[in-house]
Amino acid sequence: MSARIWLAALALLAATPAAPQGYAGLATDAEGYAAVTAPARLAFPRDHGPHPAFRIEWWYLTATLEDAEGREWGAQWTLFRQSLAPGPDPGGWESTQVWLAHAAVTGADTHRTAETYARGGIGQAGVTLGPFRAWIDDWEMAAAPAPGDALADITVTAQGADFGYSLHAVTEAPPVPQGEDGFSVKSDVGQASYYYSQPFYRVAGTLEIDGRRIPVTGRGWLDREWSSQPLAAGQEGWDWFSLALDSGARVMLYAMRNADGSAHVSGTWIDAESRPHPLAPGDISMRPVGYSQVAGREIPTAWHLEVPRFELAVDTEPLNAHSWMDTSFAYWEGPIRLSGSHAGRGYLEMTGYD
Amino acid sequence: MLEVIDVSKSYPAPGGSLPVLRGVSLRLEAGRSLALTGESGSGKSTLLHLVAGLDSADGGAIRVGGAEVTGAGDAARARLRRETIGLVFQQFNLIPSLDVAANLAFQARLAGRHDPAWQAELVERLGLGALLSRYPEQLSGGQQQRVAIGRALGARPGLILADEPTGNLDEETSERVVALLLDCVAASGAALLMVTHETRLAALLDRHLVLRHGRAA
Amino acid sequence: MTGLLVLGALAGHWRRHRLELAALFVGLAVATALWSGVQALNAEARASYAEAGAMLAADRLAAVRAQDGGLFPRADYVALRRAGWDVSPVLEGSWRRGDLRLRIVGIDPLTLPRQASAGTDGGFEGAENFVAFVRPPWRALAAASTVARLEGVEGLPPLEVSATLPPGTLLVDIGAAEALLGTEGALSRLTLAPEAAGRRLPPDLAGHLRVEPPGEGAAETERLTESFHLNLTAFGFLSYIVGLFIVYSAAGLAFEERRPMIRTLRACGVPARLLGAALLAEIVVIALAAGLAGTVVGYVIAAALLPDVAASLGGLYGAQVAGSLSLSPSWWLAGLGMSVLGALGASAASLWRTWRLPLLAAARPEAWLGAERRRHRLQLGAAALLALGTLGLLLLGTGLLAGFAAMAGLLLAAALALPPLLGAILRHGAARARHPVVQWAWADSRQELPGLSLALMALLLALAVNLGVGTMVGSFRETFTRYLDQRLAQEIYVRAADGAQAEAVADWLAARPGVTAVLPFWQAETRMAGRPAEVNGYDAHATYRENWPLLEARPGAWDDVAAGRAVFVSEQLARRGGIGLGETIDIPTPAGPWRVAVAGIHPDYGNPGGQIITAREEVGRHWAEADRTRVGARADPAAVPEILAALRGTFGLGPEQAYDQAAVKAASLAIFDKTFAVTVALNGLTLAVAGVALLTNLLTLANARLGRLAPVWAAGLTPAALARIEAVRIVALGGLTALAALPLGQAVAWMLTAVVNVRAFGWRLPVEIFPGQWASVMGLALATAALAALWPAWRLARSSPLALMRRFSNER
Repeated sequence: MSARIWLAALALLAATPAAPQGYAGLATDAEGYAAVTAPARLAFPRDHGPHPAFRIEWWYLTATLEDAEGREWGAQWTLFRQSLAPGPDPGGWESTQVWLAHAAVTGADTHRTAETYARGGIGQAGVTLGPFRAWIDDWEMAAAPAPGDALADITVTAQGADFGYSLHAVTEAPPVPQGEDGFSVKSDVGQASYYYSQPFYRVAGTLEIDGRRIPVTGRGWLDREWSSQPLAAGQEGWDWFSLALDSGARVMLYAMRNADGSAHVSGTWIDAESRPHPLAPGDISMRPVGYSQVAGREIPTAWHLEVPRFELAVDTEPLNAHSWMDTSFAYWEGPIRLSGSHAGRGYLEMTGYD
Repeated sequence: MLEVIDVSKSYPAPGGSLPVLRGVSLRLEAGRSLALTGESGSGKSTLLHLVAGLDSADGGAIRVGGAEVTGAGDAARARLRRETIGLVFQQFNLIPSLDVAANLAFQARLAGRHDPAWQAELVERLGLGALLSRYPEQLSGGQQQRVAIGRALGARPGLILADEPTGNLDEETSERVVALLLDCVAASGAALLMVTHETRLAALLDRHLVLRHGRAA
Repeated sequence: MTGLLVLGALAGHWRRHRLELAALFVGLAVATALWSGVQALNAEARASYAEAGAMLAADRLAAVRAQDGGLFPRADYVALRRAGWDVSPVLEGSWRRGDLRLRIVGIDPLTLPRQASAGTDGGFEGAENFVAFVRPPWRALAAASTVARLEGVEGLPPLEVSATLPPGTLLVDIGAAEALLGTEGALSRLTLAPEAAGRRLPPDLAGHLRVEPPGEGAAETERLTESFHLNLTAFGFLSYIVGLFIVYSAAGLAFEERRPMIRTLRACGVPARLLGAALLAEIVVIALAAGLAGTVVGYVIAAALLPDVAASLGGLYGAQVAGSLSLSPSWWLAGLGMSVLGALGASAASLWRTWRLPLLAAARPEAWLGAERRRHRLQLGAAALLALGTLGLLLLGTGLLAGFAAMAGLLLAAALALPPLLGAILRHGAARARHPVVQWAWADSRQELPGLSLALMALLLALAVNLGVGTMVGSFRETFTRYLDQRLAQEIYVRAADGAQAEAVADWLAARPGVTAVLPFWQAETRMAGRPAEVNGYDAHATYRENWPLLEARPGAWDDVAAGRAVFVSEQLARRGGIGLGETIDIPTPAGPWRVAVAGIHPDYGNPGGQIITAREEVGRHWAEADRTRVGARADPAAVPEILAALRGTFGLGPEQAYDQAAVKAASLAIFDKTFAVTVALNGLTLAVAGVALLTNLLTLANARLGRLAPVWAAGLTPAALARIEAVRIVALGGLTALAALPLGQAVAWMLTAVVNVRAFGWRLPVEIFPGQWASVMGLALATAALAALWPAWRLARSSPLALMRRFSNER
């Protein structure tokens, strides 16, 4: 279960180029929206598509990449959906749906980001099935017909002012439900979401930076999540990891930090056969070990992570400590490298360090 | 023709009223001429103004051709000017928009007494024959006063009042103008009362009255 | 030191001649006042256009618009976004309710470029504001004055003050704009982020969209309203000139009176240069003081007229102008500058004569009659030259400016010809007069003419323009009323919320007893001859054929239009585009140009844009996004109130959505009257200035007149009789001037309707003659002259004989 779903809400509510309203904007209740209840009963390809009855939702892909000269890269593609009001969507400009997307490319010495917004109801952004297609402006995540899952073969493109990419991601593995078969309880006070991932993509494609085209290959991780409930009061921010271990296993970890210094910790261990093993708070240890000065603030960019149950004890190191997402709702997100008990790469996202 | 009996006149002044005339009397018969002289402030112009009906006397009586001047209304005074009195001044005697001929005839026609023969005689006597179609601004000072005399006499008034008629003229011209005035007055049989400060000119008239401090000296 | 002495000596004159000083002051002040007032009005309007143009940074950001200037489908926006264009949609339009007219600007805050959102005061920033802004019932941002004006107005979103928005404008979410404007799925323009500027439109969109450089919106308003402002400026200029007439005569008189003093000063050894400088300094000081007063009065005039100007601009062009004046220091400086400039110009001749004054007075070589003859020859010659120039301008000039220049030429030529004309009449009168006083009065008037002629010229100009404008407005009103009677042939008009409702209304009306015909009509927007044009589609019906006037038509024109083979174009569009009967035109449509023949030209008075009349199906065929909300109906007039009431009840329509013929007519005439309210007001003010000119002129002359009257008085006229003669004389001169103004006024009316109107608005009116107006102008002139003559005459009547007497002995 991830806390990143709330990023969508925060970012959308900071909708125009003004200072974000912070959590105040999320203090609205979920009344009128569809409730997140167990069991999840996920069904594909249906649940790859949008769930407008729920307040927030996202389609989110990260990729850890490498070019022909062995240089490491990272790429991010995120499409957020938010409903501004419960009830039926009248469409047109009165549509209740609002869309936001972020894209980023990270190298050792560069970090490029882009952001775009769209109103629902007019075709500027949306997600459709058969075949699957998620788009906003000229950014797209489109599936090609393939045996297996409807998202087994996708092409993801995005274009910013000074960068762009086109990545082709394929996998034979089925989607992996997070939490309790996709029902992901997320806080001590009962917030929950529906959440599944596809962490086993093999990725090949091209990055374009300042007009230079860089062929890359690597691994990709897709997250899908939707919910209606607001963030719990007193929550200050979060640290979230997705790890792709060279052993073939995948790990998702997160800590949601409370203002009182405590944290709600959770995660999933996904073995190489794509079987999920939910982790209890006691299974996880996350500790910052190194800080960087980023965008005028102190950010923990190096971590020590432990999951004793699966004999994991690794240190993480960012590819680029300045992976700052300078979007309307700013946060840190970038590729990391692991060392210690396991080798591998992954993605780290951190919010709330003001 | 003219009777002035014990006329007095004073003007308001900062220290009370300032007496200008203190009981002046005179008589002037038709065909006779009287020069009124005196220093500045002696009251000679005031007396003339009272006779012309421009101002009212405080006391005494003024009669012109038997008609009471003092106490007459605007209309009566205007008729007096039109029919009985001819005025000749130092300047502005002529109507600038009319030519000499029209100026000469103006008052006579106004009074309904236009007499072409008399006008021709005046033109002859005053030597204006060559100037008839000119306009006042084209005339010299002496010429203008000659036309003024002709205009004043055109209606054959009984009394001519002249107030420094030669004030703007040189000595030689002055004498010629006064001589002409006397000549024409004699020809018309009118009486003449002329205010002047020059005794030399006053000597040309029948009688000479000197005013000093508002009294006949 | 010498300079101060000289200045003191010169200023002493003004202390003794306060009236002359007053005339100079009043002349300069009124000249400056109307000019400044008009400039203030123009400046305020232009500032409002600029402010409106700068809204959403439209003055700095390029925009994508439809080729035809109308609405285009939202799908084009989506297609551009999908092609990676950083564009943001805007839907603009005007919202009317009764007299109220608002500019609605709908935006999408999510895609609005950062530059464009500056100045919206954060009205949709932050989560709660954003949601309130984009969700029904929405929220409308407006200037504080607009919010105050809209108190209690229904049918608008909740209002919120935004300090930086232009007046009369509501900034709303694009969804709210659709709801308010009754459109769906259509946009007016796309704001282009600076990064995207310079890109080429994709081929499939380039056919009907175009990229417009920044600032075009304001420029368009400027172009549309140019004629209106030029009209105002012309009036301001006329008043300025009339005011300067006063200054010219006052300055000339002051010179004449000070001639002996100046001669004495020169004789005392004061250099001519110093004297000139002192006179110059004196006039500049007076001009500055008068200019200040005039500018203040101008401000008051402008403030009083602004609401009418704003209403005119709103009614005619949909341009929103602030209801209160905010003037810059440069405007005040300009007012003072105009005053100084006018004073120097009007007194240049006097200054020059002072400079060149010979020390000794020379004898006059010729009488006033000779001078008159020479002056009149000169004036007639100049008038003839000007008339020739006017003719040339009429024949060769094309622009509106040339039209105004021709009018100025005509007026000036007439003004110059006035003194010779009056002189001739007076000469004739004097020659025929028998009574000496009458003869004198004629001759004296003639001699006094040079002193009065400037004031009389001013009166002539003011009267002629007054008559001309009155005739033009009157003709226009008659034509317009007749045109409305013909054009508004239907008894009932409905503007439905959308096309579906319009269809329902049409069906309902068709089934209603008392309704004899249901005539829906569709409307689309395009651009022709560089300006917006509306395309109106009607059904083939006898109502139109029988009632609608056509200026020119081919045989069978109505049949051709009904069959879609031809269209009618409005007179102004035909003129502007040089379109003749029978020609083929290309009308831009979203689907590419529509080539069609012109079968007729119809009048469309009062519309600054063009108009095309075609069959309803043609509008639907060429414009998918056409406005299909209008329905008209013929009905038994007796049944109309009842039908309207039922219609409103059934469909929930407001009085501004369902109305009868009388309501449209009344609204149209109200707009018409408002449009000319300013013209009429300025007209009256100009006449007042001319009256002041005559009065000050007479007053300044009064002193000199005593010298002319004295000999007449001496010859036996009472002061009262003289005063009566004086008054009659001036009133007669005023009357003669008015007589001259009658044909001139008719010529001005012809120039206004046949030249200026055609060039400014594109329509030509039949000029009618209004005897009532002639009589009123005559009366006005006599009253003005009588008023102006009354005071001097009264003073004369009351003057003591001694004052006259003194004239005979005062040294000259």
